[in-house]
Amino acid sequence: MQLSRTALLEAYRKMRTIRTFEDKVHDLFETGELPGFVHLYAGEEASAVGVCAHLDDEDRIISTHRGHGHCIAKGCDVEGMMLELFGRRDGVCGGKGGSMHIADLSKGMMGANAIVGGGPPLACGAALAAKTLKTGKVAVTFTGDGGSNQGTTFESLNLASVWKLPLIFVFENNGYAESTGSGWSVAGGDIVRRAPAFNMPGVQVDGFDFFAVHEAAGEAVERARRGEGPTLLEIKFGRFYGHHEGDAQTYRAKGEVAKLKAEKDPLAGFRKRVTSAALLTAADLDAIDAEIETLIEGSVALARKSPMPDPKVDLLTDVYIRY
Amino acid sequence: MSEKIAAIVMPKWGMAMEEGTVVAWHAEEGAAVTEGQEVVDVESPKIANAIEAKQGGLLRRRVAALGDVLPVGGLLGVIAGAEVPEADIDAFVKGYVTPAGEGGAAAGPSVASIEAGGRRFAYLDQGAGEPPLVLIHGFGGDLGSWMFNQPALAEARRVIAIDLPGHGGSQKDVGDGSVAGLAAAIGTAIDALGLARYHLAGHSLGGAVALAIAGARPQQVASLVLVASAGLGPEIDGGFIADFTAAERRKEMTGVAQMLFADPALVTRKLVEDMLRIKRIDGVTEAMRRIAARSFAQGRQAEDVAAPFPDAVPTLVIWGGKDRIVPASHADKITGARKEIFPAAGHMVHAEAYAEVNRLIGEFCAANG
Amino acid sequence: MARILTYREALREALRQVLEEDPTVIVMGEDIAGGLGAPGELDAWGGDMGVTKGLFGQFGPERILDTPISESAYIGAAVGAATCGLRPIAELMFVDFMGVCFDQLLNQGAKFRYMFGGKAKTPVVIRTQYGAGYRTAAQHSQSLYPLFAHVPGLKVVIPSTAYDAKGLLISSVRDDDPVVFFEHKVLYDEARDHVPEAPYAIPFGEANFVREGEDVTIVAIGRMVHVAKRAADKLAQEKIEVELIDPRTISPLDEDSILESVEKTGRLVVVDEAHPRCGMAADIAALVADKAFKSLKAPVKCVTAPHTPVPFSPVLEDAFIPSDMAVAAAARTVMA
Repeated sequence: MQLSRTALLEAYRKMRTIRTFEDKVHDLFETGELPGFVHLYAGEEASAVGVCAHLDDEDRIISTHRGHGHCIAKGCDVEGMMLELFGRRDGVCGGKGGSMHIADLSKGMMGANAIVGGGPPLACGAALAAKTLKTGKVAVTFTGDGGSNQGTTFESLNLASVWKLPLIFVFENNGYAESTGSGWSVAGGDIVRRAPAFNMPGVQVDGFDFFAVHEAAGEAVERARRGEGPTLLEIKFGRFYGHHEGDAQTYRAKGEVAKLKAEKDPLAGFRKRVTSAALLTAADLDAIDAEIETLIEGSVALARKSPMPDPKVDLLTDVYIRY
Repeated sequence: MSEKIAAIVMPKWGMAMEEGTVVAWHAEEGAAVTEGQEVVDVESPKIANAIEAKQGGLLRRRVAALGDVLPVGGLLGVIAGAEVPEADIDAFVKGYVTPAGEGGAAAGPSVASIEAGGRRFAYLDQGAGEPPLVLIHGFGGDLGSWMFNQPALAEARRVIAIDLPGHGGSQKDVGDGSVAGLAAAIGTAIDALGLARYHLAGHSLGGAVALAIAGARPQQVASLVLVASAGLGPEIDGGFIADFTAAERRKEMTGVAQMLFADPALVTRKLVEDMLRIKRIDGVTEAMRRIAARSFAQGRQAEDVAAPFPDAVPTLVIWGGKDRIVPASHADKITGARKEIFPAAGHMVHAEAYAEVNRLIGEFCAANG
Repeated sequence: MARILTYREALREALRQVLEEDPTVIVMGEDIAGGLGAPGELDAWGGDMGVTKGLFGQFGPERILDTPISESAYIGAAVGAATCGLRPIAELMFVDFMGVCFDQLLNQGAKFRYMFGGKAKTPVVIRTQYGAGYRTAAQHSQSLYPLFAHVPGLKVVIPSTAYDAKGLLISSVRDDDPVVFFEHKVLYDEARDHVPEAPYAIPFGEANFVREGEDVTIVAIGRMVHVAKRAADKLAQEKIEVELIDPRTISPLDEDSILESVEKTGRLVVVDEAHPRCGMAADIAALVADKAFKSLKAPVKCVTAPHTPVPFSPVLEDAFIPSDMAVAAAARTVMA
């Protein structure tokens, strides 16, 4: 699939935003400034951006606990996200969701989800709504290799196929469910091998390669829009940080992460590919790097001076629409 | 003194009533009672009210004790003259059988519906005897508002209680919400029912509607009974109309319901629940809002329906002296009408003094048709 | 217009009317039509209890969706679809099965509004049957509504009559928050009542005064309202006048009506078919102890099922379910 210059610039901008955002969050967490659990997406950018490039605000995605990348790829406001991680009143979820429940429904982002395997049933519902209301829209559920083993996921694969839903199951296999290797926990080795059992196409993709993801996702989304039912994508790659921040990662091989960063960085790969093919210049990309650096620094500065929620008011609101 | 033995039985107030509780006896066993005297208070799930002696005599037995729950038709007590032997009374009590089916909710008359003028109307048709009496309820009520009256009146003639447009089981379209519009609609229902000559009784808003019908087709109306009627003057309690229209919950509706009665103690939680049941029906509140806006805006009645009133129609005006919704002084509006004021009753005079009101209406109809 | 309908018929009429009035309403569940993929007739079941019978024929497969036996997937799909413009009504055949799909309500649907800073709207209704009395034992007979009432974000509706069943189901579907709607399996046939034909909506958090009395307040939930009614009839013969309150919804709970009644009577018995620990009986007793303690003339009595699973043997099950005798005895105790 030929991508326009605008599309390439946008893809790089999104991936760079994710990387810079996550690197920054890593630093902020280390200093103790950010509360709670954070799970970083650095190293996995090509997946979220490659898939979401085919979606608009009316298409729905459901994410995982590792959701910042999906949010940014789907177009969520980066400043609002940073404020949310700081627990501020003006965060995208009013400081009530935090990293693990970050969402922006107006962008079709139905939330990071801190329950592994929680998303696929909900995505069936989003796809069902699109089908029932005949909107021509699709739903995408991002699930990890850990979530691939949940009963909810199996049920959803079956239901989506039975109901022929416009739904794409994206399994982001980064090799680890927390500290447990997917080579051990995923029976049969590859998640993609489960697709035929549910009567749907399955494609395994190099998740470090934006273009490979983009192409496979494009076909799956088109198939869904044509009303031909769900597709399973297994995106294989690795994460640059631990399961969550504070994870010493002693379960990983010595030098594994350094090698990934040096040889498999999806941003470096993208840069090499587009500059060598003369689609974009290094200057184009450098400009984006600088622009994003400013954006992220600015969002941190804004977050620091933004007001906290008011316990007297905000604690008790938004439980119900009317009670 | 009657020669026969009269049973005092649990009445059926409203179609849903299956049983009632004895809450007070007003006469001792053996005491003399006169016809029309309140003998015993009974509480249905809807409302508490008194039962009057249907004949004079001695209260020979109080069969039901305080607190007893009896099915509709159940024997509460026995009235008979002093000359009736004790043994006969005992035999009567022993042999009394509660009428089968009376106690069951499924028994009794059921609401029917009829299409007229593009609308559907719900009505309850009871009794036999021409000409029939047509009952039109008030704002925010339904045909069940006549539950103390219709069964008794139906003993002498056919009585048809009809739901106004926007109310009860009738279609919710109230047109422009004017009295004239409602009257035209009820007129089509009367035609569809094939009634050529009939008595007409209306309460409150229903009174205004009845007046308008009588004005439009005086030759059909054998007699007209106006109970706490609207349409006879500009005054009306606008706060009541607004609160009633807005009420969605028990607390709000309790205040509204208490305005309707002179004695707030008559307002049981069940009565309030019944008023809410009417209002919960889709479209009822909207219909009330529309009627209120057109006919009762700013606490004034928009229409003086009585203006073209035909002298030819014999008219009985009944009012409660403690009516807080429409002032009893409006009873003077129709010259030549018979006027009956119940000083102790409120806007729901036909419920609060139902026995006397029933007697008046029954006699008035009988005298005029 | 008032006609006598059973609880089942009232529910079916409510479903038909909300499906007619709003094209975004869909119904889903196991065997709610029945017969899909089978050689015999379609709409063979109309749901395990026949509540949805006939809807498939009227509204078709796009709005009446049979599901595989996959409670997580379809309850979750109902929740997810609710955030995307539909008003799904999902039937969970027995509330006991919530054990395999609770996450989709507990952590997902119930939390969206709050977690997402007030930006989510999840108008989903989970209809489910509960309760003992059918000899269906430990995994098909529980009264698990306290679990749901405990969860902020969920509304919990428990109609005891056909009239309430219709009006509360219509309210549930029109409500913009997630609602769990509990239907007692014994009431489908046993509860029959005057039910207006036109659609009507009963507001949540508004208790029903089943009867008024001066002596003792009895708060009863679901099928227990009927049990308490029988007890009240017995007690009336002993000159004990019961005020019987049916909360109709336990989240929100009409605290005012309960307190108002106890302030009048000074005595309270709570009747609940759920287990005693952390149930609605304990909850309502605590409410009264907290807010109307000085009105109490006697300790509050709770009449509940015991802290045991629901047994199978009819002899045991009958002993498990709170009886009118037990309720009357409790009322006599607080009157003593």
